[in-house]
Parts: sequence; C-alpha cells; structure tokens
Amino acid sequence: MPAVAGWFTGEEDGFRLLGTRCQACASVFFPREDDHCRNPHCAGGVLEEVPLSRYGRVWSYTDSRYRPPSPYVSNPDLPWVPYTLIAVELEAERIVVLGQAAPGVTTADLAVGMEVEVIPGVLQKDPEAALTTLTTWNWRPRR
Amino acid sequence: MTTDVAVLGVGMHPWGKWGRSFVEYGTVAARAALTDAGVDWRDVGSIVGADTVRGGYPGYVAGATFARALGRQGARVTSVYAACASGAQAVAAARAQILAGLAEVVLVVGADAAPKGFFRPAGGDRPDDPDWLRFRLLGATNPAYFGLYARRRMAVHGDTPEDFARVKVKNAALGALNPYARYRNRITSEEVAASAVVADPLRLLDICATSDGGAALVLSSIAFAQRQGVARPVRIRSVSTVSPRFPNTELDMPDIATDSAVAVEPATEAFRASIARTAYEEAGLGPEDLSLAEVYDLSTAMELQWYEDLGLCADGEAAKLLREGATAPGGRIPVNTSGGLASFGEAVPAQAIAQLCELTWQLRGAAGERQVTGARAGITANQGLFGHGSAVVVVR
Ligand SMILES: [Zn+2]
Repeated sequence: MPAVAGWFTGEEDGFRLLGTRCQACASVFFPREDDHCRNPHCAGGVLEEVPLSRYGRVWSYTDSRYRPPSPYVSNPDLPWVPYTLIAVELEAERIVVLGQAAPGVTTADLAVGMEVEVIPGVLQKDPEAALTTLTTWNWRPRR
Repeated sequence: MTTDVAVLGVGMHPWGKWGRSFVEYGTVAARAALTDAGVDWRDVGSIVGADTVRGGYPGYVAGATFARALGRQGARVTSVYAACASGAQAVAAARAQILAGLAEVVLVVGADAAPKGFFRPAGGDRPDDPDWLRFRLLGATNPAYFGLYARRRMAVHGDTPEDFARVKVKNAALGALNPYARYRNRITSEEVAASAVVADPLRLLDICATSDGGAALVLSSIAFAQRQGVARPVRIRSVSTVSPRFPNTELDMPDIATDSAVAVEPATEAFRASIARTAYEEAGLGPEDLSLAEVYDLSTAMELQWYEDLGLCADGEAAKLLREGATAPGGRIPVNTSGGLASFGEAVPAQAIAQLCELTWQLRGAAGERQVTGARAGITANQGLFGHGSAVVVVR
C-alpha cells in the first residue's frame, strides 16, 4: 500500500513520481498541487497529473544516524539502521526532490552531481501483516 | 517620518533544561526587561507574545498568558506565531503599534520549554501538513536539512568539516562569557571532530540543542524614551519579515521539494539574502556600516551561509572570512557575540528576541567581556519554518 496516495505509480522500470503541471504556465508541482497554480504571475490553469523524470542529479545528500521521532514509524525494539537521504535535481522539471536512498546506499557511495534514478521502495514493513507494508520512492545511483 | 522605536529595556531568563513552564521563563524575562526599562507594568499599553506551539493550549495565546501572569491591567494584547521568526514578528507588531500611535510602550515576550531531542510535529495524522509529511515519509529531521545544506556548501564552495568546527569553537568561547547561555564551556575543534555524526557531514557539536529559555524587550516611542530621561536610546531602525519569491529553488524546511523553475526564472537573490537586503534598505545602511551581527546558527555550516547572505563577504567566501578571524572578537565584524544558538540552544519563540537583547547590551557598551569596542550598529538574522523571514537592524 502506498505510504501516500497519488505521489507515485508503476513498477520496476515503469516506476515514476507523479506531480501536476499547470496547463497555463507549465509550472510543475511536487508534491502534487491540485487546487491552484502557485505561480504568482499565472492567472491559473488546469492542473494535470504528470510523471516526473526518472533520472536526476544529486543536489546534496546526508544520513540519519539517530532514530527520527514519530510520525516516522520504526520499531524501537530493533537496533537503528541509518538510512541516507538524497536531494535530486530533475533537469526537465527544474525542481529538486528529496527522498530516501535505496537500502544499502550510504553517503560514501554518493557525490554531488552524480546521476541517480527513482525506484520503488519500502517505507515500513510489518512482518506480521503483509497488508500494512507501506511503499515509497527511493533514489539510487544509476546503473 | 522616523521609523525608529527605542529599546528601553531587555531581559532574559537563563537558558537550559529547567523543566518548568514557558510561562515562568517569559515572566522572569518580562519583569527583568521592565526593571531594566524603569517602566511599571501598569503603564505598559500593549503586550505582544511570541507563541510556542509545544506548551499546549496556553502557548497559542502567549500574549494573554504573559499578561495574566504579570497581573492583568487591561493592556492591548497580541499573540504571534511564525516558527523561529515569531520573536521578530512580535517585534514587528509592537513597532507598528508604536509607530501608528496605538501604544507608547509595548512589552514583547517570547519563551519556550522545548522537548528533549529532535523537534517533531504535534500528534495526530495530518497528511495535508508538509511538516508532518517530511517526518512520516522521509524521517527528515531538522538536522537532516542542516546536513544537506552543509554537504552542498562543501561541494560548491569547498568548505570543510574543519571550517564548520571553527564556528563552534568561536561561538563556544563567547558563550563561556555569557551568564544567560546554557553551555558555558569552551570547545576545541578536536572535541567537535570526536563528537558523534548526527547527519553526515554534521556532528553533535555542529548542531544546536533544544533548550528552555525566555527573552523580553520593552519598546517605546523615541519621545517616551526621552521623557524617561534616555536621551540616546538604542533604536530599532528596521524589521524585515519578507517571504520567499516563487520559484524558491533552495530546498527549505519543511519541504520535500523545491518550486519548479520551468515557468519563471528564479531571482538571482536567494531568500535569506532578500531578508537581509530588505532590512538594510529600510534602515538606510549596509553591511559595511555594521559593528556586529547575531545570526541563526542552527548548525555551524548555517552560520557560514549567513555571512554570505548578509553581504559580509562574497558568495563562497564565508569560510575564508571565518579563517581570517573577521567574525571573531576583535575582527572586522564579530558574529554571534552572545555565543549564538551553539551556546543557547533553541527556545523557538525567544530566539529572535534574545538576539536583540545581545545587540542592545552591545550597543549600550554593557556586554562585559563580550563587548565589541565602539559598537554602533548591528543586525539580527533568522528564518522561520514555512518561509518566514526575520532580520532586525539596531543602531545607536
Ligand atoms: Zn500556472
């Protein structure tokens, strides 16, 4: 089940983040803006759903060596495993999108400007109940 | 028409982890500011509270809460929330009332009792709240954003973790001289390097803690100050509370993405720089006129960013400015003589007010061992979550 509705779609190579684009001024919004175009110079157009670029370049990156507080969900009975965060510049959309890196990708694997791709990921997995597995997007260095 | 208002009195509650209510911290600070101003609370025409959102319901109505604690006397009351810029917006509201002739003397108070550890959103499921979403979907804490900015500076400007540590060493040495600071010990760069990584490349000693604390100001018209016998008061000359311009292309808390620059070319001036420029323009002075600055060092790397955004040096030259000692005591433009958030920790609604307490003491020549010789003008710089700008220029 998606951790958030309407932000991404597809599987494997077809996985994409979903944003919206203003038909009047072409501004792209992620997370999706469905109410009104936020460009102050635009009278406002229809906002249509668009998939974002699959590839981008690393704007910056960091990691989380300590367990984040709620509403991030993690099991306090398990040892904390740091994950990496990557902010990615998408050239066509001229936007920077933050996301968790794929499991196993550390800051040592990354450099600003490196090409990365968006892939499906798992935010939270409950081994007791497969239905509560929450899916998300991840960035990983382009293969 | 003058835009000046007088800073008649300043006061603080010492910062730390005291385990008491924000009301107590604010009230102690307020009484200290009133005493410093030589003004009786019953003669104050207006009180403005900077809100905390973690104090439960009373925090949302901070002005009224402090008025009640001080003894209700019918003053006009205002409460403002703008995250870390709350204090500056409280000052802006007070100043507007004075300049409009709605009040001659205004008490401004900000105080907080911060939780231990990372800041987090209030409870409940709120998927329409960007602040809730960044925690829920990414676990992106405030230090995670500081880490992103720090890494970006390293890649673009060649800053090093040693440069970041130098900021902490400088600010800790100043905090050691400040009786209101929470941390009063000097720190070495070796100690910074030996502290645990929180958000690569930043370590524990690169990042400010959460604190309890309070700060208050008594502001008045210049005419009132002169009737009080203060011929040459410290004056607030400008308050900048500008918001970002679309498209904001720098990833900012709490956002998961920037604005797209597809339709509109971004301004050449970044948001933080626009906060400072607005303050300079309204005050009619520039960075070359400053004696000192109090900037928002949420992380050591963030302090360096402010050097550039305030125009203290060119883009990319902040680390050089620091290494030259220009921002240290005795340098061309000392920064964070109070010890900064590095020494105080965050007590959100009090921070921007505390910055003004330090500038006031400095401009009065009353900063003790921290004194900047002949200080005549200073600026505060700060930024609130969700795009709240904050900078105040003070002169004497
Ligand atoms: Zn539009």
